[in-house]
Amino acid sequence: MSTAFDHPVYNYKVVRQFAIMTVVWGIVGMSLGVLIAAQLAWPALNFDTPWFSFGRLRPLHTNAVIFAFGGSALFSTSYYIVQRTCQTRLFSDTLASFTFWGWNLVIVLAVITLPMGLTSTKEYAELEWPIDILIAIVWVAYCVNFIGTIMNRKEPHIYVANWFFAGFMIMIAILHIGNNLAIPVTLTKSYSIYAGTVDAMVQWWYGHNAVGFFLTAGFLGIMYYFVPKQAERPVYSYRLSIVHFWALISLYVWAGAHHLHYSALPDWAQTAGMVMSLVLLAPSWGGMINGMMTLSGAWHKLRTDPILRFLVVSLSFYGMSTFEGPMMSIKTVNALSHNTDWTIGHVHSGALGWVAMVTIGAMYHLIPIMFGRKQGEMYSTKLINTHFWLATIGTVLYIAALWVNGIMQGLMWRAVNADGTLTYSFIESVEASHPGYVVRTIGGALFLIGMFIMAYNVYRTVSDSKKAVAAAQA
Amino acid sequence: MSALSTFWNFWVFAIVFGTLIACGLLIQYSSKTQVHNEETDETTGHEYDGIKELDNPLPRWWVMMFWATIVFAVGYIAAYGLGNMNGFLTVEVDGKQVPWSQTAQWENEVEQFDMKVAPLFAEYAATPIAELIDNEAALQTGQRIFASNCSVCHGSTAKGSQGFPNLTDNDWLYGGTPADIVKTITDGRHGMMPAKGLMPSMTDEQIDQTVQYVRSLSDLKHDATQAEAGAGIFAQACTACHGADAKGMHITGAPNLTDKVWLYGGSTKQIEFTIRHGRNGQMPAQGDRFSKEQIHVLAAYVYSLSHKAVAK
Repeated sequence: MSTAFDHPVYNYKVVRQFAIMTVVWGIVGMSLGVLIAAQLAWPALNFDTPWFSFGRLRPLHTNAVIFAFGGSALFSTSYYIVQRTCQTRLFSDTLASFTFWGWNLVIVLAVITLPMGLTSTKEYAELEWPIDILIAIVWVAYCVNFIGTIMNRKEPHIYVANWFFAGFMIMIAILHIGNNLAIPVTLTKSYSIYAGTVDAMVQWWYGHNAVGFFLTAGFLGIMYYFVPKQAERPVYSYRLSIVHFWALISLYVWAGAHHLHYSALPDWAQTAGMVMSLVLLAPSWGGMINGMMTLSGAWHKLRTDPILRFLVVSLSFYGMSTFEGPMMSIKTVNALSHNTDWTIGHVHSGALGWVAMVTIGAMYHLIPIMFGRKQGEMYSTKLINTHFWLATIGTVLYIAALWVNGIMQGLMWRAVNADGTLTYSFIESVEASHPGYVVRTIGGALFLIGMFIMAYNVYRTVSDSKKAVAAAQA
Repeated sequence: MSALSTFWNFWVFAIVFGTLIACGLLIQYSSKTQVHNEETDETTGHEYDGIKELDNPLPRWWVMMFWATIVFAVGYIAAYGLGNMNGFLTVEVDGKQVPWSQTAQWENEVEQFDMKVAPLFAEYAATPIAELIDNEAALQTGQRIFASNCSVCHGSTAKGSQGFPNLTDNDWLYGGTPADIVKTITDGRHGMMPAKGLMPSMTDEQIDQTVQYVRSLSDLKHDATQAEAGAGIFAQACTACHGADAKGMHITGAPNLTDKVWLYGGSTKQIEFTIRHGRNGQMPAQGDRFSKEQIHVLAAYVYSLSHKAVAK
């Protein structure tokens, strides 16, 4: 199948492989999400089975959606964009193929080891040291291949999307290696080289930048290509893209400390983390403004083009969650929101609303091209539209349920009687959270159904394209 | 709090203000050098895969918002401090104004709070526990302290679970007088049953015999011959703590084995496990977490559970 759809100049094979895996891992990761959401609402669904329980599957869910789904999307789109905007083939086809098989091996190993309970216990970095080394090798190969392609470019300038991709890649290499430094004990067990508060600070320096670079800078790269392409409009402001790029990458590295408010972290480090998180608001919005304003003169296209709608709504959620984030980093607000479901809601307004929606939009644009069609020419536009509404309603239900739960939990935990005792015991706040957990499960399920519709649409697009090729050859 | 060395203190200021100043210069320079101050159709002349770039100015409101956050950051640092520098905000601790820190803020809140509830608890503390159980309001307070702090192990109904004593049955490991309960809460308890009691050489067969004997003590189904053999082993290995009559001892926390109340379960398998491996039960001390008066009220609640018909 690959030969029929190969491009004379560009390496489309690796783009196509990662694009298909984006859909596959999206379904796997989000199914796990819906399952663990249901386990929270109905604990009997843990079935008293260790490998099937929430504690083991939750890290698998986060790894699958961030690194398997999000990662495949980033590999696919970055390989596509860098070739097209540099007008040159990838630096190395061998490295490209190595990153595809290496990355998927990492994910398969995660699927095996996390349910077994093998974990380094660092959030979003749970995988044990041999897998971490494999990730580092694959990642360096990715960086070399990407930057090598930029160096071979036929264009005088480097397009803004490629700045974001390069920045995200280099920073993730540093973060991954820095946070996962550990002393191995056995093949499946290691201890972090950091201790206590330093370990916590390094972990959240990594953890928040998994969000800031992997899920933000990388996906801004996707946005900067697919929004102007799909809208067929020029990017709004070159100047704005420069300013917000440099401000964003220099401020994000500070923000991790806001995960450790009112902890053993020194006060001044909390203060520095908090103020930088606040200053981050404008640079984050810079990306949203540039994407949104690119649509001026093309707003009417939203009526007929559900792909563009995915992209625009993703920008709205991006703007909303990057306003919410700085607000939650303020110590006083954090005193209420910390450890509640509000945090999980915030993450998902970014993860579902921004990351997944911009990915889905980009995939609907790109997958037809990978199979010899025009951009956005999927088997069914109507199904894209259905997917759009399921995704949007699902996201809104999800985050609204957890806003309610989170604020309620925060208020219940701090409510005090006149005699100084707590008004509510912890278990009462858990009981009160049940309806929110049910609504959130429904929201997640709607989003997942949308992904299945996407998979069907992709399947029909691919098989129709193959039939067309076969007919032409006959 | 340990202070930073001169170098690291300087370093913290340098990178924090360096970052803020760099952001300020970036927006200042970019605003100054823009050719257009209004929206424009002019492009930069670059084109990538068909994508052109307009040369629109930075939106004015966005630049103002950026500046506002930088100004806020500087103000916040001035108020709350950075590195070894204290901010200008102060809080009152121990009657003195001290620079803000999260510890000082916490101490201040605790002080204020204690002051508020102290009169109420002083009133409760003046009543002996045996009488305080008739004060509904005091019991409700005690119940809430229990729900937030004790129910994790003893359960929200205080009926316990395997390894965690039932507090409602008037069967006490360490004594059930008000004074005993206060001591248990304040200092905690550590119940340790050594594996095979005082007879480390106990054979598998002897363990089985002892199990049967222990079951016979509370008239549970048992093998009479084995139990008879077990009696001798029990006398050797177990009576030092559980007593010759197997009724236990408050001083060691050794349970009464004749009353059908089982801390770690009374099945043959569970008793065998207990004898073979021993048990190690820990009730953590609460003395540092609560005032004497609060423990007084909590003890009254616990006492009421077995001494008051409709205690809730």
